[in-house]
Amino acid sequence: MNRTTDLVIIGGGPAGLAAAVAARKAGVQDILILERDRELGGILNQCIHNGFGLHTFKEELTGPEYAGRFIAQVQEAEIPYLLNTMVVDISATAGGKTKIVTAMNKEDGLMNIEARAVILAMGCRERPRGALNIPGYRPAGIYSAGTAQRFVNMEGRMPGREVVILGSGDIGLIMARRMTLEGAKVKVVAELMPYSGGLKRNIVQCLDDFGIPLKLSTTVIDIKGKERVESVTLAKVGPDRKPIPGTEEEIPCDTLLLSCGLIPENELSGMAGVTLSPVTSGPVVNESFETNIEGVFACGNVLHVHDLVDYVSEEATAAGGRAAAYLKGELEGEGSQEVTIKGEGGVRYTVPSTLHVDRMTDKQVVRFRVGNVYQNCDLAVYFNDTCIQKLHKKVMAPGEMEQVILLKNKLQETENLTNITIRVEQPTA
Amino acid sequence: METRELTCIGCPLGCALTVTMNGEDITVTGNTCPRGAEYAKKEVTDPRRIVTSTVRVTGGSLPAVSVKTKSDIPKGKIEDCILALKNVSLTAPVHMGDVVLSNVADTGVDVIATKNIL
Repeated sequence: MNRTTDLVIIGGGPAGLAAAVAARKAGVQDILILERDRELGGILNQCIHNGFGLHTFKEELTGPEYAGRFIAQVQEAEIPYLLNTMVVDISATAGGKTKIVTAMNKEDGLMNIEARAVILAMGCRERPRGALNIPGYRPAGIYSAGTAQRFVNMEGRMPGREVVILGSGDIGLIMARRMTLEGAKVKVVAELMPYSGGLKRNIVQCLDDFGIPLKLSTTVIDIKGKERVESVTLAKVGPDRKPIPGTEEEIPCDTLLLSCGLIPENELSGMAGVTLSPVTSGPVVNESFETNIEGVFACGNVLHVHDLVDYVSEEATAAGGRAAAYLKGELEGEGSQEVTIKGEGGVRYTVPSTLHVDRMTDKQVVRFRVGNVYQNCDLAVYFNDTCIQKLHKKVMAPGEMEQVILLKNKLQETENLTNITIRVEQPTA
Repeated sequence: METRELTCIGCPLGCALTVTMNGEDITVTGNTCPRGAEYAKKEVTDPRRIVTSTVRVTGGSLPAVSVKTKSDIPKGKIEDCILALKNVSLTAPVHMGDVVLSNVADTGVDVIATKNIL
């Protein structure tokens, strides 16, 4: 089966939904969302805890409720979507301008969809055991925290009774509470780093409230049990993150949950020839969230892993609007002055990483993460070699996304602007 | 006199707060801003939480539906709330906002569905 459309959005999670709604509002009639799950909403459907939407809706929603708001908008706008549909390839047509998105599902079989523009909104995946190099046996009972979350919250099944969690990212913390409420004993949360990657609120409300210990600078060095997990061995790590001999502690348990980071899922982007950032593992994009391939845009966790879904929606709304502008021929001006944005001295990356001054909107949000915990520091913004802005920050941590806003008129005033640098600096006395 | 150690949740700084309670008199130290003191006072006098969980559903696309307390309930009632929800079983369709259990654990607060299970 073959069909054509103006805009294909790959992924029906928070990013894809917000991008679709924004593109429709900007006048794109012919949109198709492709979602591989049996319903729209993405990972929000299994995030049944509250705390979503404080920025967007000014109220605290659960994940399914937050998704529900956007699903309702998509349905009201009658934007078409296909469920249970897996995209397997993206390629350019011979002429180069349009893209062929190859997808399949049970009803339509294999289909080629010719699209004038594509928005990548595939989200991210959890780092699995294989990527963590944890020694030991490979019995049943080892899950990523998100897998356990889906079992408990959607499938109504408990993965185990006595649990050790490795990694103190927010999903791990949330699952510590969830498993406890469902009657499991969470014995400990171990974190390799000397600080938690999770929000303070989650440490307090998911661990402290239930007396679950958090062991920092600690990792799993062995897993025992042939059929089912019988115990894991923890050890303290030094500043080099290597286990310290003599600090081993064996904890009997039947389940090990891994909450050790998220990786943008970009296999498709790679096939399409999209350039990926080695820092974020997501596409390198310009001010319009456009990748190196004309007409291919990216937003949400496939671009860089976000801390709050509100920012995903915001970013995807912008991306949807820019894709609409592209389709209307309003994103011309490729020849205009291109400025490179880069992070230095603690700023690990920036999204976007380039911008065309003529094409940018009046305000450009630049989002990034820092590589360490910084207290009482300045976020300095340089236009070429001149510092134009310093923002004092009481605290910045790798677990939270930071942003600076660039104003178009300021950029236009700067002569021969070629690069913008964002840097963490010690305040000058 | 009683003292308690808390971690402030107001921002990523996560100040270590010490709360000293002398009858009605509550003093907070360790906070770097007024929000810390406010949080600590509320936390030692009337800590409340919104509770989220799931309830069994039969005849739907999934065997469970996510639920939440419509507003926050006293922290001490969390366990009773969860136990009460264990005895609830629904039949599909369930709609977002449907009351799943009213006045859960005598808190005066209803538990509502947060998802459609059709």
